[in-house]
Amino acid sequence: MPTEKKFSLFIACDEAQHSCNKSQYNEASILEKAKLSIHLLFCRACQKYSSNNGKLTKLMKKQKIESFNSSEKNKMEEIFQQQLKNTKE
Amino acid sequence: MAEHKIDPNKWIKNYSDYLLNYTVVRVDSRELAKDLVQETFFAGLKSMKNFKGEASERTWLISILKRKIIDHYRKTNSNKGKAEVRMSFSNDSENEGDWMESRVSDPYATNAENDIENTELGLAIQNCLSKLTEKQRSIFKMKTIDNFDTEAICNEFEISSSNLWVIIHRARTSMAACMETNWF
Repeated sequence: MPTEKKFSLFIACDEAQHSCNKSQYNEASILEKAKLSIHLLFCRACQKYSSNNGKLTKLMKKQKIESFNSSEKNKMEEIFQQQLKNTKE
Repeated sequence: MAEHKIDPNKWIKNYSDYLLNYTVVRVDSRELAKDLVQETFFAGLKSMKNFKGEASERTWLISILKRKIIDHYRKTNSNKGKAEVRMSFSNDSENEGDWMESRVSDPYATNAENDIENTELGLAIQNCLSKLTEKQRSIFKMKTIDNFDTEAICNEFEISSSNLWVIIHRARTSMAACMETNWF
């Protein structure tokens, strides 16, 4: 018989890291954030994970990353493959 | 002894974004950067026989790209290039009628140090991104850079949301570890 999960404010590291990831994208609920904050009070490893995760988010926002969109890439790939074919011939 | 092999079929998939970022900060125009990257791939194809395998494919392509960028600088600084009048009025209808003064850049908004830091940061991020698996890289980029919804990414890759968060977790852990050694 399936047992109901007991409500607890204390969570394991994997759940804390999951909440931490979600909060980087503003997708964590208030309850998840509260549980994460409690977990971070006593877990050194997750404190480090959370700190590095926050730094990563900050850097990704700070830096404007340019990338080709898929249609640009497809178009370039098409022309390139044609050139490649001509080179081989 | 040749350690690196050349495989042009994977160039666009693996290196186009890295080369684009490398170029954009040097030529200040995305369109021009796009053309230079494309020219680099074509030049790479022509000189494939010269690839000795001593450096990685990416390093080799960067060396070709550097020459393309230098050629571009030379062209714009030649007498003929200087004689060309470049006025780029906005074609954007929203900004139509705006005073030219408002389009002048703010000298306090950026400085050389910021530019250098941003250039290096961009390349460090690209370098770390290139170490992820293809699936992790695509999903991480869609989620973090392009800000796609979780649902949209799940539909695109036909994965469940818990699967997506596992991939994001692995990508972020790997990115953070890589950035920690190179940047933090």
